[in-house]
Amino acid sequence: MTKGKSMVSEEIGLNAALERNGIEAVETDLGEYIIQIRGEAPSHIIAPAVHLNQEDIEHDFRRLHTWLPKDRDLTAPESLLAEARATLRAKFLASDIGITGANFLVAETGTSVIVTNEGNGDLTQILPKVHVVVASIEKIAPTLEDVSGFMRVLARSATGQDMSVYTTFSTGPRRPGDVDGPEEYHVVLVDNGRSNMLGTDFQEMLRCIRCGACMNHCPVYHAVGGHAYGWVYPGPMGAVLTPSLIGVAEAGHLPNASTFCGRCESACPVRIPLPKLMRHWREREFERHLSPATVRSGLALWAFFAKRPKLYGLAARIGVKILALAGRSKGRFAWLPLAGGWTKYRDMPAPQGQTFQAMWKSRGGAVR
Amino acid sequence: MSEARDDILANIRRSLGVSADDASRRQIVATRIATAAKGLLPARGEGDIEKRIATFRAQAESVAATVARVAATADIPAEIAHFLRTNNLPATVRMGEDERLAALPWATTAIDITKGPSDGNDLSSVSHAEAGVAETGTLALVSGAHNPTNLNFLPDNHIVIIQAGTVVPTYEAVWEMVRARYGKGMMPRTVNFITGPSRSADIEQKMLLGAHGPRRLHIVIVG
Repeated sequence: MTKGKSMVSEEIGLNAALERNGIEAVETDLGEYIIQIRGEAPSHIIAPAVHLNQEDIEHDFRRLHTWLPKDRDLTAPESLLAEARATLRAKFLASDIGITGANFLVAETGTSVIVTNEGNGDLTQILPKVHVVVASIEKIAPTLEDVSGFMRVLARSATGQDMSVYTTFSTGPRRPGDVDGPEEYHVVLVDNGRSNMLGTDFQEMLRCIRCGACMNHCPVYHAVGGHAYGWVYPGPMGAVLTPSLIGVAEAGHLPNASTFCGRCESACPVRIPLPKLMRHWREREFERHLSPATVRSGLALWAFFAKRPKLYGLAARIGVKILALAGRSKGRFAWLPLAGGWTKYRDMPAPQGQTFQAMWKSRGGAVR
Repeated sequence: MSEARDDILANIRRSLGVSADDASRRQIVATRIATAAKGLLPARGEGDIEKRIATFRAQAESVAATVARVAATADIPAEIAHFLRTNNLPATVRMGEDERLAALPWATTAIDITKGPSDGNDLSSVSHAEAGVAETGTLALVSGAHNPTNLNFLPDNHIVIIQAGTVVPTYEAVWEMVRARYGKGMMPRTVNFITGPSRSADIEQKMLLGAHGPRRLHIVIVG
């Protein structure tokens, strides 16, 4: 069985389930193939193997493609690509069933649409006898015109291309007179939590076209990488979608790992207000008492002062003085009471003895 | 299967707070699909036929396709022979049963022709596109015995013939052609939009041509 790239199949653990039933499902997107032979999960929804370098891939190809001469030259990316092409070409031609995802489904015509640059999705779906489309329900667009609009933003936002190389519209199995194409065509629509998102704050997330622009522009994603998000969908879209699909109790830390800089929202081609939705998850997490007691009592303490500006100012002045005095020799703290978790990974700079408000005032800034 | 489908539909209705037999909601969907309203159309592909062809050509070349233009259908075989020779390829091509291709004066060249879908061992194929989209230099091909879909993907070199008059501004204009030919709501089994040769940037984000599909895409505009 061959497979085109499909995030929803990662979401439902399709490969593992097939393997348990003795079915070999070969990923055919170059990046997906590379991470499959390494037993890894994708680190990016568009570029699944973006975390690997050429030497990693060469090592895995030598380990796995043992039928090829040992002294072959794999130092150029071109030779790695050629080797993957030849290896997967044989898999395509031998495959009985091809599974693809769908970038879009068209209600008007009953069409599934896949978008690729490699052509792997097409070889997956036209060569075997059976083509199975696995797609989530929010992929359904009303008309071909609606899909055309999405096509214009998908590649531009995903890879900077005006248009991906292959956009393929498939409608049913082989027709009378056809000389190629699948004899059977099945579409499996997957809900997996989507219908529960309707009518909630998170409904807007169902517009997502999985272009990956939010993670490409995210400083947090760039610092921690895709695997740190722990599940299928990384980056800001993952921080919003993952709690919707597996629960905020499991994934509440994701919307908390955000600087709220807003770059994801400004890069999003379908204008999903990602920071707002992450904030909603934080509120839900707090309401449902899911955050640790120390965080909750810390927030409650902060809220007590924040609601009383005069008291807040007084406490800040006293606190800053004490910290400045205590940290005057080193200029930083390697450990602070009640903040051990924070100082475990970095030092806290010692304050200089004045609050922001006082400095602001001394420079003639307006004070309320 | 239908049980899961009922569950999903019931859950959607519950989430939206609507009932199953809401005639006004059905009407909204029916109207939306019947109207198939166009969104914002980019101006880039607009213009008279020569302007559209110029845009199509520039866009296709910008994504590493090669483009030639011949005055008449009779000149196509010579252009294909030239392409094969220039790229040091054997004078052999595979093609479908398309009458527009069969009618060409192949005998004027030394090109050897085999017909039907590819078994994966063909170096070069020839297809006839139904339309071109100027906006992005995209070719639109449809499946069938006349142009088997796998000829678009298996051979290393894909040569596509397109009539100058079928270069349209936008994807939406292609859908108008498809509806006119197949009827509203109907589609050929496969419509392939092809924009340049196959590529991948999955190894260290370096763009390489010829990932799984053709390494070369040569477009011949006729007329």
